Amino acid sequence: MSHLQVPTVSLSAYAYLLSELIQYAVDRANNVQELEDRLDGVGYEVGARLIERISYGERALRRKPEILDILKWIHSTAWPWIFGKPADSLEHAAAAEDEFMLSDFDLLLSRFISVPKAYGGFTAGSLAAGMVRGMLACAGFPARVSAHVIEHRERPKTTLLIKFDPVVMIRQAQLERK
Amino acid sequence: MVSIYTLYVVNKSGGLIYSRDFTSVAKVDLNDALRLASIWHSMHAISSQLSPVPGCTGVELLEADTFTLHCFQTLTGTKFLLVVEPNTPYVPALLQRIYEVYSDYVLKNPFYEVEQVIKCELFDEHLELAVRRHNV
Repeated sequence: MSHLQVPTVSLSAYAYLLSELIQYAVDRANNVQELEDRLDGVGYEVGARLIERISYGERALRRKPEILDILKWIHSTAWPWIFGKPADSLEHAAAAEDEFMLSDFDLLLSRFISVPKAYGGFTAGSLAAGMVRGMLACAGFPARVSAHVIEHRERPKTTLLIKFDPVVMIRQAQLERK
Repeated sequence: MVSIYTLYVVNKSGGLIYSRDFTSVAKVDLNDALRLASIWHSMHAISSQLSPVPGCTGVELLEADTFTLHCFQTLTGTKFLLVVEPNTPYVPALLQRIYEVYSDYVLKNPFYEVEQVIKCELFDEHLELAVRRHNV
């Protein structure tokens, strides 16, 4: 892991807490979309606080005005802090300039969860999507983030699709012109 | 080589919440399995009271000519029954492993309700893996 001092907690304690959180959300949501929105909302709050906490522990603190800087930071600094390992890949969508994909083959959030057919399309990754959205928003990169499970050869991977707001893209263009 | 026949999981009130055949030879009809599970549950409870051994927790092993039945009871009263070929080694270790898989992929699953029938893909998957590894 990096130079960051990462405090760790018991995986079981975390898994049971997460399970309760999801059950709480399931009891209060009418459909899958609402359920994911609830988790996303919780994740946003967590992300907004986490970005401060993680940056505080960094040695060289500096602002990250460029899209790639903040995404790489999430991929290789925030991810290990939250999930104990860096994300598996960070890609730029071929089709759209403002879309990026952050993927993980064994997302800690979904490791113990089997989604029943009645909840088709649900993924606990929405919580991570909310966290990433919160971190991006607080760093000055408003974006829409959604979580998807994608069948990939033998094992499925969880992909967070990040779509930045037009303002971010305009600023990025200005930065590049300089 | 077939040494593990069937796994049953019985909840603390004697209901069958999971059954899985690992071979095609010794198949039991679902209704019979339900009946067997509750018979075993009652017999287990009676045996622990009848037993001359102080602090007895019930039958752990049943040896028959054609199969051996291992029973593992958790602290909460959930029972794991494993029907295996006679003289299969390391069955208690496998039961421990199954208990571990159960607590990981069933109890940590927010969509599972305690004491209800187990329908978890990840549990099926990892159970299969544990049994296959044991057979090797």
